[in-house]
Amino acid sequence: MTETVLDTVLGLYNYWVVIFLMMTGFYIVIARGNLIKKVIGLNIFQASVFLFYITVGKVSGGTAPITAEGLEVYSNPLPSVLILTAIVVGVATTSVALSLVVRIREAYETIEEDEIYAQDEAR
Amino acid sequence: MMEAIQAQLPVLQVVIPLLAAPVCIILRRRSLVLPFSAGVCWLTFLISVFLLGEVLEAGVISYALGGWAAPWGIEYRVDALAAFVLLFVSGIAALVLTYAPRSLTDEVPASRHYLFCTLYLLCLTGLLGIAITGDLFNVFVFLEISALSSYALIALGGRRQALPAAFQYLVMGTIGATFILIGIGLMYQMTGTLNMADMAGRLAAVDGVRTALVAFGFLTVGIALKMALFPLHVWLPNAYAYAPSVVSAFIAATATKVSVYILLRFMFSVFGLEFSFEQLGLGRALMPLALAGIFVASAAAIFQRNVKRMLAYSSVAQIGYMVLGISFATATGLTGGIVHLFNHALIKGGLFMAMGCVMLRLHSVDLDDMAGIGRAMPWTMAAWALGGLGLIGVPATAGFVSKWILLEAALERDGVLIAILVLLSSLLALAYVWRVVETAFFHEPSERAREAREAPLSMLIPTWVLLGATVFFGLYTDYSAGIARQAAEAVLRGMP
Repeated sequence: MTETVLDTVLGLYNYWVVIFLMMTGFYIVIARGNLIKKVIGLNIFQASVFLFYITVGKVSGGTAPITAEGLEVYSNPLPSVLILTAIVVGVATTSVALSLVVRIREAYETIEEDEIYAQDEAR
Repeated sequence: MMEAIQAQLPVLQVVIPLLAAPVCIILRRRSLVLPFSAGVCWLTFLISVFLLGEVLEAGVISYALGGWAAPWGIEYRVDALAAFVLLFVSGIAALVLTYAPRSLTDEVPASRHYLFCTLYLLCLTGLLGIAITGDLFNVFVFLEISALSSYALIALGGRRQALPAAFQYLVMGTIGATFILIGIGLMYQMTGTLNMADMAGRLAAVDGVRTALVAFGFLTVGIALKMALFPLHVWLPNAYAYAPSVVSAFIAATATKVSVYILLRFMFSVFGLEFSFEQLGLGRALMPLALAGIFVASAAAIFQRNVKRMLAYSSVAQIGYMVLGISFATATGLTGGIVHLFNHALIKGGLFMAMGCVMLRLHSVDLDDMAGIGRAMPWTMAAWALGGLGLIGVPATAGFVSKWILLEAALERDGVLIAILVLLSSLLALAYVWRVVETAFFHEPSERAREAREAPLSMLIPTWVLLGATVFFGLYTDYSAGIARQAAEAVLRGMP
């Protein structure tokens, strides 16, 4: 009994990290009104998915996927390759988001969401 | 030679606009860039016509990218549905860009036109790529290419509200795309493949039902965010209302439609009808959302002062009709959904283009400023009214065809109540369309309307071509509904 509990808690710890990060990021995006904080939340959210993919690719006991003598078990390189693409997408998203924040700040002189909407409604 | 090119058409469909995008930055001069990118769009349209012809004649085209065979390499797969989506996305892109120069000059500083063209072509690349690819991860990449460029396109809008609108779209779009990414990851974990056809075969043999359920949930929510299914539509109205007219016309006509296409692909081709609809009852979840979306968004549209915002709310309602058709999960229902995908793309594209003409002459799309504009701009507003009739679903317009098929599908399933609701919802559409028509034709001209002139022919002709097409497809349904039925039947059969 205790063994299975330990297995789920410790054996799957990387998945717990993923879920924790995912929820943290998601919460920040929803709950924070500061646009920069939203962008950072979005980043944490995406990073959790990167970790998830890397976890999926790991084969326990496997080595780096380079053929060499005496090695038979390899980790799956494909998820890492995929996630490299997704990281690039994430960087692009962040840069677009940050440049939007810069322009919002120029136009509204604030980066707080509620103040921005208040300004537009007042007009 | 011709045959060699013909064999490469699937990849050229995506690669040509992708490579043309950076060329725009090199060309840079406004007088070169706009004709160049319009030419590229027409070329992609030509390719999609060939592809559709080939698919209807010879069946599914499978193209192995880089010569790597299917389950390992990336496969481009053109079936009737994909070819149909490619056709209208590239066709509308080409028409809108032909219409663009005058409207752009007015709304976007000339120094940014080459950047506009770059983004426009990238967005087109993404949308076409989503439609053509048979690889799950590829869908995510193309989705982000089109989404990132559309955030930037929306931010080009003249008023400062465009910026928070683009930011909000970015946040929600990224959450949606990341959800889709998680779903794809889970599915890869279960099956070890990313090829859609291959995965469809392997999913049946997988017994980890719970993982499949989680993947299904993430994918459904992610795609629903992307296609602005009620109640996940909050990003859409502002984004469409404050984007430059050209961008509104292009994105409103294509982006959400392509997301509906992704839904069809995942739910029918990958998960399969049995899993999505019979085991999980996706139809029971989608139908109330679709109906609620139709009513809430149509009602919200009635109260908008800004006509572009009104059309945006109407778009949310129209997505409801498409999803309603899909939720029946029958051949007729799907045909209705798919044909409405096409018809609504034409109608909404045309309506936003007409609003672009109004914006050019009035520098406003507020209902108050549009009072009496029908006298100064009869051709523009006549085109608008024609599109409005299509939205309502008046006979002899394309909107009628799709609503008719939806009604047929509802009655087939004994959904008399749903049929009645669809009819009632048309009254709401009548209300918001009439409000604009009445203001434009029967009110005393506003100050701005007195000074306005008819829009230039370079903008009127593409608008009329698109809205004329809605009448054409309302009268001759063989092309639109006929192809949609073929596509629906192919989708229901699933991947071979």
